[in-house]
Amino acid sequence: MKPFDYARAASPPEAVAAVAGNPAAAFLAGGTNLVDHMKLGIAAPEQLVDISHLPLDKIEGTDDGGLRLGATVPNSDLAAHPLVRQRYPVLSQALLSGASGQLRNAATTGGNLLQRTRCIYFQDVTTPCNKRNPGSGCSALEGYTRYHAILGASMDCVAVHPSDMAVAMAALNARVEILGPSGDRSVGLHSFHRLPQDQPQRDTVLEHGELITAVVLPPLPEGTRSAYRKVRDRASYAFALVSVAAVLRLEEPTETDDGDGPASPPKIAEVRLALGGVAHKPWRATFAEEALRGQPATEEKFRRAIDAELQHAVPLPDNAFKVTMVRNTVVSVLRELCGVDQSSGGAGTPASGGEDRP
Amino acid sequence: MRVQQPAATGLDLERVDGRAKVLGLAPYAYEHPAENPTYLYPVQSTIARGRITAIDTAAAETMDGVVAVLTHLNAPRLADAADKELAVLQSDEVGFRGQFVAAVVADSPEAAREAAARVRVQYHQEPHHAALRADHEDLYKPEQINAGLETDTQAGDPDAALASAAVVVDRTYTTPAEHNNPMEPHTTVAQWEGDRLLVFDSTQAVHNARKTLAPLFDVEVEQIRVVAPHVGGGFGSKGLPHAHVVLTALAAKVTGGRPVKYALTRQQMFFLAGYRTPTIQRLQLGASPDGRISVLTHDVVEQTSAIKEFAEQTAGISRMMYSADHRRTTHRLASLDVPVPSWMRAPGECPGSFGLEVAMDELAEACGIDPIELRVRNEPAIDPETGKPFASRHLLACLREGARRFGWERRNAQPGTVLVDGWRTGIGVAASTYPARRQPANTARIRFTADGFYEVQIGAVDLGTGAWTALTQIAAEALECGPEQVRLQIGDTDLPVATVAGGSSGTASWGSAIIGAAQMFRKEHGGFPSAGDTSEGDGERNPAGKNYALHSFGAQFAEVQVHADTGEIRVSRMLGVYSAGRIINPRTARSQFLGGMTMGIGMALHEQSVMDERFGMIVNHDFADYHVPSNADIRQLEAFWLEEVDEHAGPLGARGIGEIGIVGAAAAVANAAYNATGIRVRDLPLTADKFLT
Repeated sequence: MKPFDYARAASPPEAVAAVAGNPAAAFLAGGTNLVDHMKLGIAAPEQLVDISHLPLDKIEGTDDGGLRLGATVPNSDLAAHPLVRQRYPVLSQALLSGASGQLRNAATTGGNLLQRTRCIYFQDVTTPCNKRNPGSGCSALEGYTRYHAILGASMDCVAVHPSDMAVAMAALNARVEILGPSGDRSVGLHSFHRLPQDQPQRDTVLEHGELITAVVLPPLPEGTRSAYRKVRDRASYAFALVSVAAVLRLEEPTETDDGDGPASPPKIAEVRLALGGVAHKPWRATFAEEALRGQPATEEKFRRAIDAELQHAVPLPDNAFKVTMVRNTVVSVLRELCGVDQSSGGAGTPASGGEDRP
Repeated sequence: MRVQQPAATGLDLERVDGRAKVLGLAPYAYEHPAENPTYLYPVQSTIARGRITAIDTAAAETMDGVVAVLTHLNAPRLADAADKELAVLQSDEVGFRGQFVAAVVADSPEAAREAAARVRVQYHQEPHHAALRADHEDLYKPEQINAGLETDTQAGDPDAALASAAVVVDRTYTTPAEHNNPMEPHTTVAQWEGDRLLVFDSTQAVHNARKTLAPLFDVEVEQIRVVAPHVGGGFGSKGLPHAHVVLTALAAKVTGGRPVKYALTRQQMFFLAGYRTPTIQRLQLGASPDGRISVLTHDVVEQTSAIKEFAEQTAGISRMMYSADHRRTTHRLASLDVPVPSWMRAPGECPGSFGLEVAMDELAEACGIDPIELRVRNEPAIDPETGKPFASRHLLACLREGARRFGWERRNAQPGTVLVDGWRTGIGVAASTYPARRQPANTARIRFTADGFYEVQIGAVDLGTGAWTALTQIAAEALECGPEQVRLQIGDTDLPVATVAGGSSGTASWGSAIIGAAQMFRKEHGGFPSAGDTSEGDGERNPAGKNYALHSFGAQFAEVQVHADTGEIRVSRMLGVYSAGRIINPRTARSQFLGGMTMGIGMALHEQSVMDERFGMIVNHDFADYHVPSNADIRQLEAFWLEEVDEHAGPLGARGIGEIGIVGAAAAVANAAYNATGIRVRDLPLTADKFLT
């Protein structure tokens, strides 16, 4: 590890000034990602400006009934907060599905958003990587891509964003509050992370020296349900193959449904879907959302809606399965949130025996 | 725990080293006090094959705290460079990516690592081959395979028998490369005092380690002392010294007598500490309609490193497991520009049992009979390979006991029919076996102390498996005293010679020597010895080995759940029943069995070292990307054993338990996954994508 200077900032503006004034400086909060990168030679800051003790660790209600989450709130505290659990279960579930207890105790809200990809080529400095070393080439594109993107990638980078928390926040229409050298600004979470395009070295729209101070969650209308489902290669402590954050509200049943005939399924009044493990950023499935709004909550509609999204997928040889996995997982989550019975695959309709798989 | 009765083996004794470990007082290799130490960090090759054309060490050498930068140009010469894995920094040749090409020794680990990053190496790169394929052009037949076994065997006319068999299963199974990944990294602390070398090493065999090192450094074995009182796992990867041991001892020659400390990083362990070869196994089983096997062939393709041969005995299990008049086993190697494969828990039996035991499940289905009944019908009366009687073969008893405990009768033979809360659920079985090996070259020494204790000395090593405790119990029983009266000393070449903690042979081999020493002690000094009375005894060769086939057996049962939507797969229950001869300590034995089964679940569901052929590199070389089971993956796990003493297995009656727990485990999981889903996966690991529908 390259020797570096360490400073503790006395206030957020002082922290911003310190980092903005030194192109080789970096903020240090939980350090769960940055310190690893310093050991691996991915990052070599000359100065670390410690913000972990700054008064950015509060969770407070906003005037409109939402929540403001301080940038240095530990992931474990955020997941356990009663208001988060009560109003935004999708966020609590997402946080608890990520990392380990020890890491969640150290990792912060702002740091979680700024996690860098776990692409194995990005993390190995002996291989070319456009994100780590712009212009050197993408080793993943023709390499091992089980964990890589199927949506929104470019020829320069097929990496995915590793956060679970950010996926839930994308579905919650969260906003990121930022303090910079020239003042405050606020960016919608969906616009905060970038697609790689031809600048994969830039994960987010943050400029050097800008500091995340909080994430604001807008209130959700009465009756809104939410859930996070993460599919991974082991039962815990693994990054997502795919994940789904869903926030959804069904229309109130109308009087006409009280007749003798079979009840028609409720309609979807509002839905927001975000996908993890599939793109360089938390992926809002806007085509699927569009296809679901105002539609009856049936498995058939769910399937068609996510297919409208997945027709834009460009899988790689090792991750073609993700298309099916996303489809099945989205349908599974929507089924659960809407209380729809599983229409296929039940005990009465067994899979055929003796089927061969390569 | 105070035990006054003499029959100390079989007691559920707490680990005698447990308290020291919990308190952090049991020193592992890196933790031994070293005066004014230096720290080593290596530079690894970034090509898979070629030559070093230039090394620029100037930036590293001028860094504060750097003691030395070693390359092939300035490193001390080894007296023997024949073993190309161990001949570190002796030439400009590169044989695999990740090989040592330079090393920095510095006053701090941070300085060593940063200086190593500043060493610039230029190469002349040559084309490499790093991926194993069944149709590899230059497959060759090794002279012999691991454990000194024959490369190929044949009986009868297998091809003709297959042509005429009523039912044939002809399938190819693959297992990926897997890395041992013990918790404690491979670590060496080396110090030269004149022409004497002191090594604190994380090793499975102190005496073997110095026997390997002595000729390299042109010294007598007596000039080298290797110390390893506590080791944090090895799973075979610490059975033979790897390049880092030589590199550290070599570096210690240029520090003016200061000790050199080096612990491999987790990432480095994927290149430099051995691994299990990937295997491609074709199984052909021919049977009558009622499942009686007439022909069994097992043809294996696997890899070795071009710089050093290792040939896994993958098909060995098919030579003795089931009766078949016509049999064939073959092993062919692809010599690749890759790190050197080596021992990993149950080499041979472990990957081989995946092919054989899944093929048996397929045969059971093809014949329409229960998988346990199929094994009953093919139980051999004698070892099919040698014609010798089995000293002890209780496979069927294990299967029946396991079936009873596991609830096998509730299995639905029709696959893909049980759905529980959205999870397809099924159960499966596989048989397990492991040979009983006892190494004769062991000596123990017993000395009676002035304060009334028996010092029992042998250069054995405890990998964390419980040898400290088991050997204490064996000594107590042989001396007819309580375990608390025994002071065991192990893990040091200053102690009498001992063989490797490997091949499930440690306890039986060292235990025999301790029993021999105890008998000698009583003969020479009687029941009321004086202070200083000392005797030695050896482990004798087992005469029963000539007349009997000595193997342990077991039965593995698994319940698997596969999510109907996402394909996620979990092992909800696993149960093993083993016949392994006498169990010395039920507490540590149970841990060994459960550890093997846990590693088997990892093999079944997770473990896979992914080769990127372009770089010649295992790319998932850390614990974020190379998955082993997390706690949440291990749910209900139970191990049982048959109470027995194998009278043909030497004076202890024990056959060894370190490896049998993993053998057949992955097959049981795969067979259960098939029962759950109707999807037959023949390529490990069993990941979610393979079950998506």
